[in-house]
Amino acid sequence: MNQPRIPLRKPTASSFALNLVLTGFLVLTVVGLFFLDSKKADVGQATLKALDDLRKMLFEPVMEHLNWTEAITQLGVTLGLSFLTTLFGAILALFLSFFAARNLGNVAIGNVLKAFVAVVRAVPTVLWVLIFAIGAGLGAVAAVVGMGFHTVGYLLKAYSESFEEIDSGVIEALKASGASWWQIVFQAVLPATLTALLSWTFIRFEINFTTAVAMGAAAGAGGIGFDLFMASSHYFNIREVGFLTWLILLTALVMEIIATRLREANRLQG
Amino acid sequence: MKPKKLAREALAAGETMAKAIPPRDIFGERRRNFFLFALLFLALTWWSSWGTEFDLWSAFASFPKALAWLGLNFIPSADSLQYLPRIGEKLLETVFVSITATTTSAVLAFALSLFSSKTTRPNAWVALVVRGLGTFLRSIPVAAWAMIFLFSFGQSPLTGFLAIFMETLGFFIRAFIETVDETSESSVEALRASGASWLHTVSQAVLPSVVPQLVSWILYMIETNIRSATLVGLLTGTGIGFVFDIYYKSMRYPPAGLVVLSIVVVVLLIEILSNRIRRSIQ
Repeated sequence: MNQPRIPLRKPTASSFALNLVLTGFLVLTVVGLFFLDSKKADVGQATLKALDDLRKMLFEPVMEHLNWTEAITQLGVTLGLSFLTTLFGAILALFLSFFAARNLGNVAIGNVLKAFVAVVRAVPTVLWVLIFAIGAGLGAVAAVVGMGFHTVGYLLKAYSESFEEIDSGVIEALKASGASWWQIVFQAVLPATLTALLSWTFIRFEINFTTAVAMGAAAGAGGIGFDLFMASSHYFNIREVGFLTWLILLTALVMEIIATRLREANRLQG
Repeated sequence: MKPKKLAREALAAGETMAKAIPPRDIFGERRRNFFLFALLFLALTWWSSWGTEFDLWSAFASFPKALAWLGLNFIPSADSLQYLPRIGEKLLETVFVSITATTTSAVLAFALSLFSSKTTRPNAWVALVVRGLGTFLRSIPVAAWAMIFLFSFGQSPLTGFLAIFMETLGFFIRAFIETVDETSESSVEALRASGASWLHTVSQAVLPSVVPQLVSWILYMIETNIRSATLVGLLTGTGIGFVFDIYYKSMRYPPAGLVVLSIVVVVLLIEILSNRIRRSIQ
């Protein structure tokens, strides 16, 4: 005899929406597959070649067009670009975030800033760099200013959200005791959020390193990214691409380890 | 008698030590630390500026000039509207390649994350291998992936797809492991206690509790990847990045401005749609 089945999950509005979204993803993905034109390349052969290239890169890296001193110098240039971008971006973002945070600034100004950041962030970094290169010439200035747009947008959001997490009682108590806005910022807000701010800033430094590599390759900003572009698109030397990739990979790894440590320290304190 | 004598000596030693250590000057230390920190930053700034030939004053001077120039020359003119069909076509290609790369890598990353999450992993070694793979894929910038696949797949949308796929896979592996760890622990324990198999645990406990969060990550990455795809397109000569590059290099700035504008519109639309979806599924 058939037993009546008990429905395990009741359909709700949100589960219906979820199914709709997942179906949407599936349809878009299938349509997207038709755009994946491989042009002249034979996919099977190309895949085998890609695997062989990966093997050569990882296990047979060589330097042909540059030596260790040059490689380290170029890596230093990329790190320098990301440092400068992060530094100037952080200063500007910190200044703006006091006005954008809901508990410190004006709600209207905060909303204007947030809308502005949304538009600024919608433009890819490489386009910002190229656009500024017309005015300032290809090089460090265009790279730092161009990469600065996304840095300010990202840090502004991170900083103001850190400020908004502060216990509102602290600020109210200070206000009640007659502390000025500057006193509240410097005596309560900044000391309480310093570790969080530093940790966000370092994460952005990590992102900016990757971006700076890309800007070297795509927008002539110099540094290790430009060498990567030359090794790939001019010398067609997969082994040198391998060497440069190793250099970038190891630098990124060291930074990720530092970032993880900072985040853990942050979690312990916060 | 001996222990007493020792104790007396220890006490005396303690007293002299206490006299020797002055009270900590906390404010002085803080000031010194701040000073050292500022000095370090100044040195790093100077070194970076010197190494990259960055000139702060020329940056400040060029900024308003560049903005004014942008306002005059980068505004899409009525004339540039003739380029709109071509821009639209390439933008559509870029958007679809980004979506497909994101969703396919999400499926693979979810399967991999089950082998690495604390709640579902078969053993610690597999977990470590998966985590290592994620870090490896993520640490190679998307620009480098593009340059690598350019060798084998040439100038084709497939190259861009693979570069974005690799980068996104690395990001998703880390994000999904954390999501599975955080959201499914108690329900997994409950099912396991009732004797459910691994497959049942995953399909009945893990999947339902993490899917909303995963969708949120996927939406975020689609948005990010449209921007990455522009960069990859510039490098591999495909999609909207390539179209921008052509107008840019031939100094046809109004249509280049139109490319930027259409990217902004599409990204903002996707962001608004994403926020709506997030609200309705949670």
